[in-house]
Amino acid sequence: MKYMFIMRSTEEALEASKKIPFEEILNKMGAYNESLIKAGVMLAGEGLADVSEDNAFVVDFSEEPPIITDGPYGETHELFNGFWIVQVGSKEEAAEWARRCPLGPGSKLEVRRVHEAEDFADFADNEYIRKETGWREQLGQS
Amino acid sequence: MRRRIEALWRIEGSRIIAVLARVTRDIGLAEDLAQEALADALEQWPVSGVPRNPAAWLTAVAKRKAIDAWRRAEGLDERYRAIAHGLEEDDGVAWEPVDDDVLRLVFTACHPVLSREAQVALTLRVVSGLTTEELGRLFLVPVATVQQRIVRAKKTLAAAKVPFEVPEPNEWKERLGGVLGVVYLMFTEGYAATSGERWIRPDLAREALRIGRVLAGLVPREPEVHALVALMEFQASRFAARTRPDGTPILLAEQDRTRWDRAQIGRGSAALARSDALGRGRGNYALQAAIAECHATAPSVGETDWQRIVLLYEALGRIAPGPVVELNRAVAVSMATGPAAALVIVDRLVTGGSLRGAHLLPSVRGELLVRLGRLEEARAEFTAAAALAKNQRTRALLEARAANI
Repeated sequence: MKYMFIMRSTEEALEASKKIPFEEILNKMGAYNESLIKAGVMLAGEGLADVSEDNAFVVDFSEEPPIITDGPYGETHELFNGFWIVQVGSKEEAAEWARRCPLGPGSKLEVRRVHEAEDFADFADNEYIRKETGWREQLGQS
Repeated sequence: MRRRIEALWRIEGSRIIAVLARVTRDIGLAEDLAQEALADALEQWPVSGVPRNPAAWLTAVAKRKAIDAWRRAEGLDERYRAIAHGLEEDDGVAWEPVDDDVLRLVFTACHPVLSREAQVALTLRVVSGLTTEELGRLFLVPVATVQQRIVRAKKTLAAAKVPFEVPEPNEWKERLGGVLGVVYLMFTEGYAATSGERWIRPDLAREALRIGRVLAGLVPREPEVHALVALMEFQASRFAARTRPDGTPILLAEQDRTRWDRAQIGRGSAALARSDALGRGRGNYALQAAIAECHATAPSVGETDWQRIVLLYEALGRIAPGPVVELNRAVAVSMATGPAAALVIVDRLVTGGSLRGAHLLPSVRGELLVRLGRLEEARAEFTAAAALAKNQRTRALLEARAANI
């Protein structure tokens, strides 16, 4: 089973983390990532840049055509700032790894199972389900 | 709580057993002690809660049990008395697991005094932390059979006085090859089950891949370890495309390539690149991984670089000669040059006789004969192949092939 760990932090927590020496954060996260890699469970993981104007924007589909804005980040309480994908044997194993993540107060990990082909077995002949992996490939190349 | 403890065991078990084995110098005893500590946890944690550092708790309990057992045996065995004394004196530092402990554990579980079957069972037991029930399910055998296999493996290691050590430099290459062989056997048994009703057992294959990644972390300077990981990633990327919803297999040529897992293929290429980057040339697994990469990155059978695959099989045939490699080379030649040239290679294999009894040889010969328009002969080959197939799904596929000519 694959799970995604979605890292979310409040803006206050992100502000507070700026007071901790970045080296220290790097070391803690590095050790955590290394433990996932050494256990052979980590498939992917990325950290997201901050939500400054150059790095982030939002496409809002409430209107037609959709509107691109700098984001309603001011109104959201938690920012999505990174993720891991791990392959484990059970939900409990995912939970064990998740609780070891070196995050502090104001931060959360949302843990979600990733859909696998078996989940769509009933729709295996659907043209779009079959093409999905192909799309992923194109997206990956762009 | 039970499931949480099992999950903790899957993560920490190998390190706990490994450190116990280093201190006690006995992998069988280490596993028994760890299991006893785990039983204590299952009894106590539901009441007391999970300790802050569960691995340290389990190790400490196992250590106490070891000392108690040796105290009782004190009068009987001078050696144990010395160890027990030493253990009580030490400050606990010796009980911190290090990476080398896990590596020793892998080498010991895959020691050449054990049969392949025993190596696989013991590795899954002590390195993967699987229960005997899980092992029984994976191998489709009764739990009692698994237990027997593991007890016997431990007794064999004890009788042969196998030290809990990584091999000496002069044995290193061969012993590492043995370990990789065990991991790959585990993978292939999951990837194309040789017997039984199901064609793929993805859980077994995924666990083999996980152990491969662990090994790559433990011995990052070994090109063949990264290459084996690459090979398994490439092959596993096809899981979703290899069977129909009802479980019947789909062969490479007919697979919908858009269903191959591109992220997994990307990880395979990265692992092969790590192997190549060590600059020591391509070994057995690296050549196989390179062939698998050719397939994985080709848009279709027709657009596959078959000339390159022929070259890679020629190289593989020189460093690891064998009839299966030769048969695969024949298939590649049939695609690169044509069926007539390939039939020459296949007929040489038929004369050689070393693949007698395997369904692969007549099924490949059948495909070549179809392409040469010799349909009657082809039908006979597929019928012969079906009779030899041990897996029911494969047999059904070959029978259908014979009927549809």
